[in-house]
Amino acid sequence: MRWIVFLARKLARLIVLLAAVSVIAFTLVSLSPIDPIDAYIGADMLSIGLEQRAQIAARWGLDQPAPVRFLNWLEQLAQGNLGFSRVYNQPVSQAIGYRFATSLALMGVAWTVSGLLGFMLGVVAGAAEGSWFDQAIRLYAYTLASTPLFWMGLLLLTVFAVWLKMAPFCCAAPVGMLPEDVTLWQRLQHLALPAATLSIIGIANMALHTRQKMLDVMHSDYVLMARAMGESPWGVIRQHALRNVALPAVTLQFASLGELFGGAVLAEQVFSYPGLGQATILAGLQGDVPLLLGIVLFSTVFVFSGNTLADLIYQIVDPRIRLAEG
Amino acid sequence: MELTDSLSTPAAINQPVAHGRVRRAPLISRRSQALLTIVLCLILIAAVLAGAWLIGDAGLKTSLGERNLAPHWQHPFGTDWLGRDMLTRTLHGLTLSMRLGLAAAAVSALIAAVLGTLSATFGGKVDLVITWTIDLFYSLPHLVVMILIAFVVGGGVNGVMVSLVLTHWAGLARVIRAEVLQVRQSDYVQLSLRMGRTPWWIAHHHLPSHVLPQFLVGLILLFPHAILHEAGLSFIGIGLSPNTPAIGIILAESMRYLSAGYWWLAVMPGLALLTMVKLFDILGGQVRDLIDPRTAQE
Repeated sequence: MRWIVFLARKLARLIVLLAAVSVIAFTLVSLSPIDPIDAYIGADMLSIGLEQRAQIAARWGLDQPAPVRFLNWLEQLAQGNLGFSRVYNQPVSQAIGYRFATSLALMGVAWTVSGLLGFMLGVVAGAAEGSWFDQAIRLYAYTLASTPLFWMGLLLLTVFAVWLKMAPFCCAAPVGMLPEDVTLWQRLQHLALPAATLSIIGIANMALHTRQKMLDVMHSDYVLMARAMGESPWGVIRQHALRNVALPAVTLQFASLGELFGGAVLAEQVFSYPGLGQATILAGLQGDVPLLLGIVLFSTVFVFSGNTLADLIYQIVDPRIRLAEG
Repeated sequence: MELTDSLSTPAAINQPVAHGRVRRAPLISRRSQALLTIVLCLILIAAVLAGAWLIGDAGLKTSLGERNLAPHWQHPFGTDWLGRDMLTRTLHGLTLSMRLGLAAAAVSALIAAVLGTLSATFGGKVDLVITWTIDLFYSLPHLVVMILIAFVVGGGVNGVMVSLVLTHWAGLARVIRAEVLQVRQSDYVQLSLRMGRTPWWIAHHHLPSHVLPQFLVGLILLFPHAILHEAGLSFIGIGLSPNTPAIGIILAESMRYLSAGYWWLAVMPGLALLTMVKLFDILGGQVRDLIDPRTAQE
């Protein structure tokens, strides 16, 4: 019963959030001075007459006033139809679904690697406060926090793809190959550099956060007590520190999905990786309004799911928190 | 400072026996160290700005005889495919990126101050709407919002500015709201209310000394974010036009020449950007240490 209430409440919040985001996003988009027809036609502008423009406008429903368009869009949205993407020439839901699957591999690998590595580095740094290892990790993390993600991508690209020729230069698969012919190994090869870029930047935040929590624990009275009672340093870390540090780390990692998404946009641009991030950029640059709106809504759900999962895990793992309070 | 020093010295002499080791007093105090770092950061930032101005536009001329030169003493950052000096381009790009970032962060911080104060002062419905808006900004990926806003404004310099301004205020607004709430609930403010001071008088006399330091630190720490995001937006091509040599544009252009092995086109401007961002980051951290009463006396 508690679970049903919890999930129902979350669902209600998501619906309110999506309603707000869709109203705001649609209002904003309809204010844009970028004419979708101009953006679509591009260089062929001169060869298209007024009559043809009117036809295109009518076909896309652009001759209607904005509130009517919004209601039309909402009606279609309620039926699960996000519209048609001009850039990809396929329904928006299909375009997003397909690109998200590609992005998911990238984000999943980076998310796991940066979470685990960052956590381990943070624990070690916090446990050995003031040591050279701690200093090195702090220097690394603070420097990486100011590093442009796309520049890190360019560096890796230069070193590993151009100089060492260890990794492919771009894309998610060898150029000119049919998707069904690409082997798993080739996919992994193409995934390596963008995932490494995202991970290297992502580690910094996690390591710093975990280190701080670790320091709090190590300076606490109960750790002092445990040490006084003869507990070994490793025993303290295993029995007391890890459990207390792991929970906030899990929350942080799930709450960082928005940042991960933003990072993926930049990383995908550097490596021409055909994922959702690149779709976002294309939608913005070429004025593909349905796609842009679809991605805005989708990323809202994505970030919201992350936060909800963090809450859920907290409820399950932490005995101190009761569902009723959430 | 002197008072604490003279008080702690005799104790320090007695301490070694008890603790087994002597802790040497640092050569200069934490406070002077922070001040020194701040001055150094400011000098370096000023040097970049002055550098772009001093070096002029001479290096931006194309000279086909000097195309694609690797960094050497005459062109420390190398030259590009048109023979333009990369150091000149980088400095100009940095100046442009910094101007945009600073302006956007300043306006954004102002919005944060106004909304945060309003939210905490009026409470009730106003507070509800403002905190809800803040939460709304956190429920979407930043970059997606920025791309959306840049698209809505129509790209270009305005697009970048508006999207930077509109996406960076939320965090600081939260901080200021909490700070104002705390001051309002403190005993001395309650007391002056009872003593018949008007809320306006209190806002005038008690708030600034608490909120201004937080605001200042928040503002400085917004700079690196805004500069990085500006570079990111320009890099993906949604920001400035290719004719304006912002640092993001320079890096985006360099991608076409990476496979030819011209690494310096990407490495050097990026390194300069990283240094710049880091400088502002250190600056903010030091100012916070100096202002924050918990660390200021160390």
